[in-house]
Amino acid sequence: MYKYDQYDQAMVSARVADFRDQTRRRLEGKMTDDQFKPLRLKNGLYLQLHAYMLRVAIPYGTLNSRQMRKLAHIARTYDRGYGHFTTRQNIQYNWIKLEDAPDILAELATVEMHAIQTSGESIRNISADQYAGAAADEIIDPRPWAEMIRQMTTFMPEFSYLPRKFKIAVIAAETDRAALRWHDCALRIVRNEAGKIGFEVFAGGGMGRTPFIAYKIRDFLPTGQILSYLQAILRVWNRNARRDNIHKQRMKILVHELGEDEFRRQVEEEFQHFLALGEDFPQAEYDRIAAYFAPPPFETGLSEEIDRSDPDFALWVDQQVAAHKAPGYAIVNISLKPIGQIPGDISAEQMELVADLAERYSFDELRATHAQNLVLPHVRKEDLHAVWTALHEAGLGEANLDLVTDIIACPGLDYCSLANARSIPVAQKIAERFADAERQKDLGELKIKISGCINACGHHHAGHIGILGVDRKGTENYQLLLGGSGDEETSQAKITGPGFDEAGIVDAVERAVERYREIREPGERFLDTYRRVGMDGFKEAIYG
Amino acid sequence: MADSPSAGGPGGGPGTLEPTPGGERDWLRFRDDSAPDEPAVSLDAFLDQSNAGSVRIEAGDDVRHLAPHLERLRLVEIDFPKFRDGRGFSSARVLREMGYDGEIKATGEVLVDLIYFMRRCGFDSFAPDVPLDRADVESVLNRYPHVYQHAADGAVPIWQLRHG
Ligand code: HEM
Ligand code: SF4
Repeated sequence: MYKYDQYDQAMVSARVADFRDQTRRRLEGKMTDDQFKPLRLKNGLYLQLHAYMLRVAIPYGTLNSRQMRKLAHIARTYDRGYGHFTTRQNIQYNWIKLEDAPDILAELATVEMHAIQTSGESIRNISADQYAGAAADEIIDPRPWAEMIRQMTTFMPEFSYLPRKFKIAVIAAETDRAALRWHDCALRIVRNEAGKIGFEVFAGGGMGRTPFIAYKIRDFLPTGQILSYLQAILRVWNRNARRDNIHKQRMKILVHELGEDEFRRQVEEEFQHFLALGEDFPQAEYDRIAAYFAPPPFETGLSEEIDRSDPDFALWVDQQVAAHKAPGYAIVNISLKPIGQIPGDISAEQMELVADLAERYSFDELRATHAQNLVLPHVRKEDLHAVWTALHEAGLGEANLDLVTDIIACPGLDYCSLANARSIPVAQKIAERFADAERQKDLGELKIKISGCINACGHHHAGHIGILGVDRKGTENYQLLLGGSGDEETSQAKITGPGFDEAGIVDAVERAVERYREIREPGERFLDTYRRVGMDGFKEAIYG
Repeated sequence: MADSPSAGGPGGGPGTLEPTPGGERDWLRFRDDSAPDEPAVSLDAFLDQSNAGSVRIEAGDDVRHLAPHLERLRLVEIDFPKFRDGRGFSSARVLREMGYDGEIKATGEVLVDLIYFMRRCGFDSFAPDVPLDRADVESVLNRYPHVYQHAADGAVPIWQLRHG
């Protein structure tokens, strides 16, 4: 894992002092709330319905046990004893006092963490494949580049006030576990015919009220030129985006309006310019960073056997464990979706338990996923039973990864001031409806994603089944969408028809799911069936 | 609007100075030469008038049009109609990349916390709509010990410090 040197530490500490000073000036009335807002947003501090929310960055979703314990400590000391993992591999605290925020940032800085650029019109935390460095199917660990990008994009002066937020994701596998093409800019490491690695570059994706799937704008970019290329993209957007309407300022709108080809042409022109300026980090810096991501000292000669005699354990292994690149090891997914709980929420005690497990069984590494779950990336197969037992006892033993109850949901009207409708209770009711383990297993992979308004924080555009909360004459109403995906075959979900009330949406989901069961062909997932039969194959079953 | 109105205005509270654009002792001007006194004209007017030396850049203007005229250019004023409109940051940096070394002045809604980043982009004088607190500006300018990337200020980025 990356470790700060004196420079990184000095920058994060300076940021704490900076924010302390900004908060002081705000509290002294030297700044209006309007002027303070973008400053606090760049430190991840949102004003929600009931309190401030603080979003802490987990760069490319990687953290260690010490950091996780600090997150638990913050939950206990400054919040109500829990935290919430988000769809961008960050963690949020929902009950923060403005006066405490500088102290929390200072605590985070002691474990090499921060909230820099986790909201506001800035270059956000870089997300990555949660299996990076462990996945059997990856070309190379993408995190050294993610860390380089993190450094270059931290306090980037030219992009101090971007038109809107800018989200970057990086992966290095064929399988997309990071919802790549829903990002403003997405990078996938590929190998070309000459055996060299480089980036496939996508730009102009995003959800929100006008969803766009990112276009591929480069087939192959040498890895050493990525920082120039990113700056070129950012400059084209910063100079040319509209500034008159906040809803039309995301880069996706510019790419769409210019057209993919013209956008690409402008980026390439600016790229040549940046290359000449010598903006890219040298090989020596890549090597320095990459050394921190060297594979941990995996043992050899380990057993591949897993004792499946305990049926509950076997069920969990089948659902939660993924293939690791090192023999004898496995990737463990920890579900933060126990039936009836709030998706992504975790208590301080659970955080500490997970930290202990990481330290003891996973080379001190943890990952957060965009589906609001956690990962122990490097567990010996012979330790799986012990890990499961500990998780199970802590209420973290749910075996539902990618199943119908592994629901993504935004905070919705329970917390969010922009919400039209509640998301959490709908997620809970759906999970309860489908709680039966046999039924879930029979239904197979089925991703439900719920947003409380068109901002789409809950990724409803990318749900196999999406649910969108809308306001219908002052009452909460839910639209049903089908056919979205955030994987390598990205697609945008479509609205089925008229909306439903809260009880009605749960029934409608069940009707759609049952329809799938009736008409599926062998081996088809829900999404495959939808793609084969289209909306018409479902509509009647849903609306009768 | 910007900083506390009670501390602002000419002859405001202690530590508060009204910036006097063009004044030699202006603490918001970071240049040694004397300030150009000719009024800045719009980009279109500048491109039309072969003798103009000062130009005013609105947020949507493309400073690359100035490339053939750098010789006669002494002052570029870049306006920030709203602090959230960040186009001016690119305009300044592009000008410096073209080799322009005359004055670049930020006007409009220029806030304390922006000045540090503006300096890095090549701005070397400031004429905010609303006066700034000098102590706050100095503290913001000295906040960060290092930088992570090149910009127009010649600061050596951390990656270069690491590798000598
Ligand atoms: C509760 C306070 C929150 C507020 C006020 C808020 C606000 C917003 C807004 C306004 C957008 C639309 C941005 C745009 O269209 O340009 C957005 C998008 C988004 N938010 Fe949130 N959000 C909140 C919480 C969350 C949480 C808890 C998550 C993660 C679970 C999240 C993840 C996202 C994602 C993934 C998007 C879509 C990004 C895209 O458009 O590409 N947000 N949010
Ligand atoms: S989707 Fe809407 S309701 Fe949900 S968190 Fe985002 S802004 Fe709030």
